[in-house]
Amino acid sequence: MRITALIISLAPVVALAQSIPSPVPENEVFKREDIGHALAAPTPEAGRTAASAANAPEDDGQWTMPSKNYASTRFSNLKEITPENVKTLKPDFSFSLAVNKGQEAAPIVADNTMYVVTAYPNIVYALDLTKPGAPLKWSFAPKPAPASQGIACCDVVNRGGTVDGGKYIFNTLDGQTIAVDIKTGKPVWRTQLGNINRGETMTMAPTVAQGRVFVGDSGGEMGVHGWAAALDENTGKLLWRAYSTGTDAQVLIGADFKPHYPGDQGKDLGVTTWPAQAWQIGGGAAWGWLTFDAELNALYTGIGNPGPWNQTQRPGDNKWTAGIFARDPASGSAHWFYQYSPHDEHDYDGVNEQILLDMPFAGTMQKVLIHIDRNGYVYVIERKTGTVLSADPYGPVNTSRGIDLQSGRPIINEEKQTKVGETVRNICPTASGAKDWNPSSFSAQTGLLYIPHENMCMDWMSAEVNYIAGTPYVGAQVHMKPGPGGNRGELTAWDPVQRRPAWVVKENFPVWSGTVVTAGDIVFYGTMDGWFKAVHARTGELLWRYKVDSGVIGQPISYKGPDGHQYIAVLSGVGGWSGAVVSGPVDPRDGSAALGMVNVMSDLPKYTTAGGTLYVFSLPH
Amino acid sequence: MCSRFLIKLVVGTTIIAQSACNWNPHTGAQPAEQPNRPGVIDSALDPGVDHSLVTTDPRAMAYYDNAEAVNTGKRLFQQYNCSGCHSNGGGGMGPDLMDDVWIYGGRLEQIHQTLVEGRPNGMPSWGGKVPDEQLWQLSVYVRSLSLPQTLAAETDNTPSQAPAPVPREVDQDAGWSPSPNTTNDYTSTIKGAD
Repeated sequence: MRITALIISLAPVVALAQSIPSPVPENEVFKREDIGHALAAPTPEAGRTAASAANAPEDDGQWTMPSKNYASTRFSNLKEITPENVKTLKPDFSFSLAVNKGQEAAPIVADNTMYVVTAYPNIVYALDLTKPGAPLKWSFAPKPAPASQGIACCDVVNRGGTVDGGKYIFNTLDGQTIAVDIKTGKPVWRTQLGNINRGETMTMAPTVAQGRVFVGDSGGEMGVHGWAAALDENTGKLLWRAYSTGTDAQVLIGADFKPHYPGDQGKDLGVTTWPAQAWQIGGGAAWGWLTFDAELNALYTGIGNPGPWNQTQRPGDNKWTAGIFARDPASGSAHWFYQYSPHDEHDYDGVNEQILLDMPFAGTMQKVLIHIDRNGYVYVIERKTGTVLSADPYGPVNTSRGIDLQSGRPIINEEKQTKVGETVRNICPTASGAKDWNPSSFSAQTGLLYIPHENMCMDWMSAEVNYIAGTPYVGAQVHMKPGPGGNRGELTAWDPVQRRPAWVVKENFPVWSGTVVTAGDIVFYGTMDGWFKAVHARTGELLWRYKVDSGVIGQPISYKGPDGHQYIAVLSGVGGWSGAVVSGPVDPRDGSAALGMVNVMSDLPKYTTAGGTLYVFSLPH
Repeated sequence: MCSRFLIKLVVGTTIIAQSACNWNPHTGAQPAEQPNRPGVIDSALDPGVDHSLVTTDPRAMAYYDNAEAVNTGKRLFQQYNCSGCHSNGGGGMGPDLMDDVWIYGGRLEQIHQTLVEGRPNGMPSWGGKVPDEQLWQLSVYVRSLSLPQTLAAETDNTPSQAPAPVPREVDQDAGWSPSPNTTNDYTSTIKGAD
């Protein structure tokens, strides 16, 4: 009787959602061994992979920037929590963010205070870690323009702030960069950079170095003229702005520009690789991770997709989108550029994290950046010159047959090129990529990268689209689906030297949280159905998990509290592109909703509801 | 000025470009033709009376039971990039339009008013930028998205491809209370409203 009642009560909920489409067959994607390439065979004996001291100074137990350090290792040297005792980890305190939208930020810890910025309306909270329960010291409400919610492509997220020089520095959805005095909670300066009537929002986490604040815009689905910029850390004054498309002068390309590949050499390619005027509305938003390199005095800026998604409206390589610049941090002038996806046809933004390491390659130690791209490849790039040393698939790939290391270009699979009026099926990876913005971590103890990612593919039909400023500029009907095997997410421990996974944990939903790895050999990450997990860094074995109030898409951190103990912190609150079916007013019956994501996520409302809570964990003490 | 922000890429864009160029932002305070009477009521609360008032707009009448208007609206919904935010009714950047939740009222007049005026949390104001007849055609397509007949015609996880004409009788109530053939469970119609 009881069972019957349960079935009846569930039935209406189940009827809400479409069924999840069948996974793409295994034989639709290429094998890693067949399409992975490197300039030389692995030479692990040449040295141990690690970040340099300049980019990853000795761990002081704080967590002052989302990436932990300039190398972006997200490695915590704390080891109180071990594989043996982690099963006793328990919540120490929690804090409601009062915003039930996707929470993608990393909590920041500096001087025994924790700082958190929420999704729109981007409220900042400062919590006093020296007192029981971490009471609120202050909060700051920047009151971004409500209309900015209407031009945010993929939920109204914010990826965090940074503490430097006595200020907490973050961006608002309506395009402001704001520095708040961490003592008083009052703004020191606020600079308006984006214009919502041109589709510009800001969601990324600023990078702060050398007295400069590096930021970029969002809006690749709105026909923006994308840019990255530097502000004076003390005044907020704009120091330089580098557009991603346009003339060399607009892109800050000058005499110092020495790209490695011939395809990136020439005058005004940011204009000539587009149809007339199309570059003005061609996207190229720098909405992801800007990485400062203290060793080589460089700034690496990942650039987003070209617009519109309908590629037939923009023949050409569409420079300088879907790639990466190395720039001079002081002037912004470009040193080199590499394009992951020339003439992108699948929304493969190039904005994912850069991890700066010294790594053995071809018998010597090389200064590399490792980038795990939406297009499905782990790139190891020699970062003085922008030369790709190796590129190997880590997720399902059939849009290309590998990266040609002579030209640097993907070897395009014509069968998966997108078309107007015709649905091309089983394109892998999907538009959000084999991995989206959510950052990986790296442990020098294991030599492994911990990559949180997706296993999803899609059907795509392009359509002509009109540009109307302040409205979406997309031109595609997308329906996503699970990749081979049906598990929509994975946590992959990747060996960059041997160019292969060490182990893989399969997840039902895409892994949309970041990862943090500790000296205790534990990797922490969260799932979209609300589990916060600890796995062994050497085996992937599940060691501990805790069910939080809503799905996790934030960036976990590890810090030393005022009492000397190790703490783990993370935000819950599902949303983002993949979670919009829960956090937004989105109907799961329309598979094309949220740019086709709903087709593959329509069951998520059965697993979690919207939320927004800070959780902090520790061992009993 | 207009050509800078409005690049003509297909023939269909011409309409947008022309209407945008003709629109004078300095005198554009009167976005659409207004009937000589109080505007459409957009609240279910009417102080001093014990029921929700219904206002009608005579201009709406021509768009009920009008298959051509609905189908024209479907085409315009793509051309003006409404679909970029609202998808095929399921939403994304903007709210979904195919369920029984209406943040700003679900009667045809109310939808039209929302299109004309815009709404604070991200809905652009289209009054004066798009011919008023097209706004009505868009409105009646939006009104059709949640009709059972339209929902039943869903194909391939994509609703709204065969929108049904909107019968006059579906808009007899105020756009807030449950339709007569449902139970009295109010919560089923106000979930998620804000």
